[in-house]
Amino acid sequence: MSEVIVITSGKGGVGKTTSTANIGTGLALSGSKTVLIDTDIGLRNLDVVMGLENRIVYDLVDVVEGNCRVKQALIKDKRFDGLYLIPAAQTRDKTAVKPEQMIRLCDELREEFDYVLIDCPAGIEQGFRNAIAAADRAIVVTTPEVSAVRDADRIIGLLEANEVRNPKLLINRLRADMVKRGDMMSIDDIIDILAIGLIGVIPDDEKIVVSTNRGEPAICDSKSLAGQAFRNVVRRIKGEEVPFMSFSEDQGFVMKLKKLFGLKAN
Amino acid sequence: MLLDLRKIFGRSKSSKDVAKERLKLVLIHDRANVSPQFLEMLKSEIIKVITNYMDVDESALEIQLTKTRSDDGQSVVPALYANIPIKNIRKSGK
Repeated sequence: MSEVIVITSGKGGVGKTTSTANIGTGLALSGSKTVLIDTDIGLRNLDVVMGLENRIVYDLVDVVEGNCRVKQALIKDKRFDGLYLIPAAQTRDKTAVKPEQMIRLCDELREEFDYVLIDCPAGIEQGFRNAIAAADRAIVVTTPEVSAVRDADRIIGLLEANEVRNPKLLINRLRADMVKRGDMMSIDDIIDILAIGLIGVIPDDEKIVVSTNRGEPAICDSKSLAGQAFRNVVRRIKGEEVPFMSFSEDQGFVMKLKKLFGLKAN
Repeated sequence: MLLDLRKIFGRSKSSKDVAKERLKLVLIHDRANVSPQFLEMLKSEIIKVITNYMDVDESALEIQLTKTRSDDGQSVVPALYANIPIKNIRKSGK
C-alpha cells in the first residue's frame, strides 16, 4: 500500500528540504519506490539539494496544467534505484496549483510508487494547503528554538484541523553540548511542549552542509551522524521500532563528535 | 554538574528553562487563536450551565484567555477571564 507523506514545519530554514531529500533517498535505498514532489513553487530547492538541477525539463505546474504527462515530469535519480523527483516551477507562484490538483496527481502517483514525499513550502498559506491536501501522514520538522517550536505547534493545529491525523515530530539540528549545559531545549522539553510523537532526532552535523554543497544526500555517508539519524527515521517510517540515538549520555556523544570532526577536547 | 555549580553560585535560570517557560505561555495564546471555535464552544457551554441558575445577557458575555501573576507572585500563569452580565437570578435554580 502506498503512502503520501508531507514534510512541513511552518518556519522556513529548519530543514524540510534537506529532510525530504535524505528520507526520500533512504526510502529508495531500502527498496521502496519513492517520488519526491517539491511544492515550493517560485522558490524551488529540492532539485539542487538532490543534485538534479540540470535534468529539469517539465515541472509540477506543467503536470497539473496538462502541458506534459506525469511520466515526462518524473526525473529519475540515476544514482539510486527507484528514486524520482517532480520539481517545482520556478517562474510561477503558489496559486498556480490547487489542492484538488495535488490530490489527483498523488492518486495517480500512488499507482506507481510506494511512497510519495511532499516537500512543503514555509508558511501556512496556499502552498501549505496544496502540500497537505493529499497527505496520509505528516512529518513536522522543528529545531530546538522558540520560533521553530512555536511555528511547529501552529502547524500541528492546522494539520489536525485539516484532518491529517497523528503528525510526527522530527527534531533537527540538536546540539548535545548545548543541551547539556542547559542552553538548548532537550528532546523531552520539546516533546513536553508539543505533545506529539517523535519520529527522529537529527544532530547538528557539518556533513549536511558538505553533502548539500555536493548535491549528495548525507544519508549515503556512513560516517555522518546526521546520516545515521536519517537512516533510523526511514526505518521508523517503514514501521520498525528503532531506539533513539542517545544524546544525553554525557561525554560519549560529545567526544565522538569531537573525534569525528578532529577537534581536541579542551 | 554544571547545573549544581550554578545553584551554588546563585546563577540565574538556564536559558533553555527561560525558553520553555516563554514558549508555554505564548502557545496558550496561539492555541486559543488557532481555533476561534474553541472559545465559542467554551462560551456556549458556560452559558448553558449558568442559565440553569440565572438570566444572563448572552450578547454581552465576554471570554478570553489571558495571563496573570500566580498567587505567590513568582511566575506568570494562564487565566480564563469571563465577564458575564447577569440580568436576573432565579430563586429555585432550574
